[in-house]
Amino acid sequence: MAKDFLYKYVLALGDDALILGQRLSQWAYKGPFLEEDIALSNISLDLFGRANLLLEYAATLREKGSTADDLAFKRNERQFSNHILSEQPNGNFADTMVRQFFLDSFYKLFFKKLTESKDKQLSAIAQKSIKETTYHLRHSSKWIIRLGDGTDESHEKAQSAIDNLWMFTNELFEMNEIENKMVAQKIGVDCSLLKAGWDQIIDEVLSEATLKRPENTHTTSGGREGIHTEHLGHLLSDMQYLQRAYPDAKW
Amino acid sequence: MIVKKEKLFLDKIDAGLKIEPKDWMPDKYRNHLIRQISQHAHSEVIGMQPEGNWISRAPSLRAKMVLIAKVQDEAGHGLYLYSATETLGITRDELIQQLQTGKAKYSNIFNYPTLTWADIGAIGWLVDGAAIVNQQSLRRTSYGPYSRAMIRICKEESFHQRQGYEIMSKMANGTPEQQEMAQDALNRWWWPSLMMFGPHDSDSAHTSNAMKWKIKRHTNDELRQLFVDRTVKHADVIGLSIPDPDLKWNKKRKHYDFGEIDWDEFWEVINGNGFCNKERMKNHVNAHEEGQWVRAAALAYVRKTKNGG
Amino acid sequence: MSANQLPLWEVFIQPKTGAPFQHAGNVHAVDKEMALQNARDLYTRRMEGTCVWVVKAEDIVSSNPEDNESFFDPADDKVYRYPAFFKVSKKVKEL
Repeated sequence: MAKDFLYKYVLALGDDALILGQRLSQWAYKGPFLEEDIALSNISLDLFGRANLLLEYAATLREKGSTADDLAFKRNERQFSNHILSEQPNGNFADTMVRQFFLDSFYKLFFKKLTESKDKQLSAIAQKSIKETTYHLRHSSKWIIRLGDGTDESHEKAQSAIDNLWMFTNELFEMNEIENKMVAQKIGVDCSLLKAGWDQIIDEVLSEATLKRPENTHTTSGGREGIHTEHLGHLLSDMQYLQRAYPDAKW
Repeated sequence: MIVKKEKLFLDKIDAGLKIEPKDWMPDKYRNHLIRQISQHAHSEVIGMQPEGNWISRAPSLRAKMVLIAKVQDEAGHGLYLYSATETLGITRDELIQQLQTGKAKYSNIFNYPTLTWADIGAIGWLVDGAAIVNQQSLRRTSYGPYSRAMIRICKEESFHQRQGYEIMSKMANGTPEQQEMAQDALNRWWWPSLMMFGPHDSDSAHTSNAMKWKIKRHTNDELRQLFVDRTVKHADVIGLSIPDPDLKWNKKRKHYDFGEIDWDEFWEVINGNGFCNKERMKNHVNAHEEGQWVRAAALAYVRKTKNGG
Repeated sequence: MSANQLPLWEVFIQPKTGAPFQHAGNVHAVDKEMALQNARDLYTRRMEGTCVWVVKAEDIVSSNPEDNESFFDPADDKVYRYPAFFKVSKKVKEL
């Protein structure tokens, strides 16, 4: 039972990294200039690396012989437990940067706390992730500022992205039964306590970027329970295609 | 005066010394280099597309990460080469314009489509394999920045070929469907890979100057032969067959004899009638145009902050 | 046209601590922050450096190869600058 909770906890973290990594990797050769192409693929590689570590760990908690690839390529839409924010489409560069900025700010606080986990694997993964996330946040927050305080057009696009993606941010700080159990065992992080820190990072950067929080602060969630937006299904059917089409094949 | 400078220049070349950006060089040399290096750069950048096409569908996490890293390297190689070209007095903007207006060319091979995952294997194994043969030769090219870029690129390139060969190998030893997919990809990519080395030496307009100025260190046919000799052995190991009925080991020459390339196809694709020419260019133009507002924003912000705004 | 062009920066990498910086190439970037990140992404993907310098290309001052004779040759006959110029008895250590 305890193992099952840990499995689900680690799996969710793995899904977060996997889905966001997959989104970012879709920018290949489409970036606004070559140097940014490289930056985005770097971040995507960091995320896939993290996903691989977490899903490999989750696989060991599941059944013998299970692998990270089994978890990534053979589960269906309702079995994925990533935050809904990660699966939102790339849209334009502002949409991608705002999504990234919201998540990087959260991950910076989250992984810092996770380094204190009694679970050695999670703690180690968190240590590695902190270094990467620090770099990611520098990159995304700088872009929010450039876009917000750049031209009228970039400002409008950035503000629009903030207005549209805001509703997915509250989910980051919600806690369910599994997460609460993990906190009680000093393995997991209490995300509800991260909100104030996150608000601070966000407000500082938005202010410097001359951007605002949206007026409508309605929020939505459900990712952790497998209730996603329609985007996830398409993302998975693309990502999982080969393994599903050739179930007997080894790649 | 020019005659004396030209003699000094040629002496340097003959002595195997490097020509650097601020050195005097004949206009023809400069222009040849701009054309050659920039086309190499454009090829790397356009080459990101056929491979980028399969990133989201890579069949394992490892394969996906390796492919992302490879495509990322290609962007990086494009940048090293644009960087070297810009030392010759041309800007990145002008280079991009030349590409998008069709004034500058890029390697034809990237005008072929990647239809299956096995194509990704074939590209790594054959296309990167051919590129490696070409590039190793260029490490000793006479122009300093180009030579240094090529040394860097060659160091990074060897994992690219291994990545492709590993994919082909796994499939050739896999299920019947995988084997069929791998053989099919080899069938479609073999001849275009041979075409990468360009026309026969006898038909190549640029070769003689390029050899005299030690920009090019080996001829097209020499490099093509080297590639065939190496690659046939790779195919044998994994049990795939090269789609050339005329392929035969020649005991006397100690090289493989191989069939004649379809030069009509070669010139058709070069002249813009390949499968994906239009699509590759459209994608490049779209990305550039859609990126306009982002670049403008970044520049505007810097100007503001410089002015204390 | 140049309104759209990101400025050029030259990149120098220190391969390991204590070693001299080497010119690696250049990057386009709008500001110092981006130049450093781009340089890091482009030139140190394979752990090739411990430190990165970026300098705006327009700020680099270069000697002129045409002046090489007057610029460098006068050093040619001052061989006393090299330790090998001096004869030292083998009995003398650490000199």
